[in-house]
This record gives sequence, C-alpha cells and structure tokens, in this order.
Amino acid sequence: MLGLAAVVLIAINHYTDWLQPLRERAAGLAAPLYWLTGAPERVGTWAGEQLRTREELLEENSRLRRQVLLLEQRSQQLAAVKAENTQLKELMNSAGMVDERVLVAQVIGVSPDPLEHVLLIDKGRDDGLTLGTPIMDASGLLGQVIEAGGSASRVLLITDSSHAIPVQVLRNNIRAVAEGTGDLYRLKLRHLANTSDIREGDLLLSSGLGGRFPAGYPVGEVIAIDRDPGRPFAEAEVVPRGRMNRSRFVLAVVGESNASGSGDKDLGSE
Amino acid sequence: MEANNRWFIAVTVVVALLLAVMPLPYQWLWFRPAFTALLVIFWVNYMPQSLGVGFAWAVGLLEDLVTGAAVGSQALALAVVAYFSLLTYQRTRAFNMGQQLMWVFILVGINQVLGNWVHSLAGKPVSGLTFLWPAVTSALLWPWIAPWMSGVAGRLHVK
Repeated sequence: MLGLAAVVLIAINHYTDWLQPLRERAAGLAAPLYWLTGAPERVGTWAGEQLRTREELLEENSRLRRQVLLLEQRSQQLAAVKAENTQLKELMNSAGMVDERVLVAQVIGVSPDPLEHVLLIDKGRDDGLTLGTPIMDASGLLGQVIEAGGSASRVLLITDSSHAIPVQVLRNNIRAVAEGTGDLYRLKLRHLANTSDIREGDLLLSSGLGGRFPAGYPVGEVIAIDRDPGRPFAEAEVVPRGRMNRSRFVLAVVGESNASGSGDKDLGSE
Repeated sequence: MEANNRWFIAVTVVVALLLAVMPLPYQWLWFRPAFTALLVIFWVNYMPQSLGVGFAWAVGLLEDLVTGAAVGSQALALAVVAYFSLLTYQRTRAFNMGQQLMWVFILVGINQVLGNWVHSLAGKPVSGLTFLWPAVTSALLWPWIAPWMSGVAGRLHVK
C-alpha cells in the first residue's frame, strides 16, 4: 500500500511539477542539516585563518594589493570600452546592455548523490532568486537554480548529465550547445558540423540564446575535437571554466537578464 | 526507568540523515554506506512489533526531501527493505554475524537497485554495478553499528 503510494509519488515527481513547492520548502528545511555537516570544515577554516603567521598575512596582503592594482587598471579600460560599446549599440539601434545585479551566496552543501551535480546555497526567494537564476563563480558559469526555497536554493551544475547550455566560440561566434556529461570536469559539444571552425583551446562563452543565461560569461575551453568522417557530426570535449567542486562562494545573477522563459533546456528530470 | 525513551529513535534518524548528506570527496561518493537503510534494518529487527513499513516509508520520504532526490524514491526502497526485514526478523535474529552481514548486503542491495531504477527513469546513466558499492560498505559497517545500537537501545529501555 505504502509502496504503491511511493510509486505514485515518484510518477508525480517525474511527470509533473506539482511537487515543486514541496521540494522548494524542503530545500529550506534541509539547509540546517547541511550546515551542521559542514561545521567541522568551517571550524578548520576558521582555525586556519586565526593561526596564520604575520609573514603569511603580509605576503597575502601584498599579493592582493598587486591584484587590485591590476584589476583596477583593467577596469579603467573597461569603462572606456563600455562607453564606446553603448554608443555603437545606440548607433545600431539595438537593445542596450543591462547591468546585472549580482549577489554573493555561500555553498552550504552538495548533493550526496554522485549522479546529481547539485549544490545547496544559502540564498533563496527572499533574496530575489527564482527558478532559473544563473549561478557563477569568479572564473565561469556554474549552473542555474532549480529549486528556490525561502532562504536556500538548489543549483543544478552545468556538468550534470541533464543540463545543457547554449554557447558560442569567442573567436568566431560559432554557436553550439554544451551538454553536461555527469563528469565534473567535462562538458561535451555534440552535433557539430564536421566542417565547423572549432579548434582546441577555443574559449566558449554563454551565448544568451534561450534567455536563461546572460550572454558573454565564460563556460569552458575546448580541449579535444573528434572529427570522424564516417559519422555525420563532430564532437568536442570541453573543460568547464567554473570550478564545480571548489567554489565556497558563488555569485547569483538576479538582474534583468534572467527572463523565466523556457529556452535552454533541462533535458531530464527538472 | 518509566519512560520508554522513544526519543532515541528520533535521534538516530537525525544522525542517519546527517551522515547521508555529510560532504565527502567526489571520488568517495559512491562508497557512502546507505545509512538510512542500515537504520531501518536495525530498528525493524529490534522492535518489529511497533516499527515497520510505515516508519521506513516516513524515514525514506524525509531523506528524499533532504537530499533533493526524486520524492518517493527512498520511501519506496526503504519500505521494501522494511517489509523484507519484517518477514525475516525471526530468522535473522538467530543468524551469526557472518550471515547477518550477507543478509544486510542483500537488503541494502535491494535498496540500491530500487534507487537505481528511479535514477534510470530520470535518465541518469549508471555505469555497470557501481551502484552496489554502498551495499558492500554498509554490510561491512553492520558489525560495528548493530551491537553498539542494540547496546544503547537496551540500556535506555527503548521499547
């Protein structure tokens, strides 16, 4: 009897999204558990920070200073380029760039299931996150929100085997779709035309097609291309830029750009 | 002691859920023992008169919600495990540790097979028999967990 109820629940979960509110509530309930299991590590980090020597701190300080200087110099250029870009876009009568509002969130847990690449983060609907909010770290895109609870959300990583993201090559704007493989360090471009100009080392950016991810964020780098003339399509292996299992802090883009459209697809469950 | 100290059951459930979501290195994830399955097997064998399929189902549902898995998948798996434990508890109590170990391996294996079935429904590829690793680690953990748990439960007069 209960077994039957469970099967019915699984079916409802799989074929409809009626259980979505329940699952979102659960994300909030689960957060304290994950927080508790993360406690030893946080104590370790805290101790590590407290017990550092003066030399180490001085060294880090000077390193950060240098980095800030570098970034400031770069951002000066950026301002000029941005102004120019806006001007050109106005000349072309196209839509202006929207500045995205970015929120820093902390990763409080990862899915215990090795087949699911899902993170739990400590921001939710109360902070402006919704279904599909793009999540990134300092080096690239990480994924998108699939369950937004009140104060915690689950994030599906782009490497999950049910995820796909539209990308384009930085060098020549060729478009493709990068699919997750279930391996934390690999994405795959399937169905590339055999003649398409993609090389090893090409940087892939999110293309913004599909309306879920903002355009222009780094997704990954092509490391191998398999062009077999015997098959109709070429395939490319991509290493994701975002550090899927290293990031402690992530950025949630809660600006204008995440239209809650359908567009880019979740192939499987959610 | 007057009270029957049922709170101990709740404590073990929470601990099992904590262990089930405890962060592990990515390479070790496949070897995480199925703590909730062990919990259900233990409690159903310990007090089959009051804890059964319903208890297992509730624990499974909690685990589904906490881990974010397909709602109902662990509920189904644990309910089946509890059902088999209920059918056989009279025999398993007479088993020696080696036999118990094998039996736990089979029960957790059933748990894993059902979980894997739901996974494949969701289109997640599973390579070979790797999904059975938790059954092995759980069985190896059983000789430590079971005597300790029944010792504490006995001292607290959980009934």
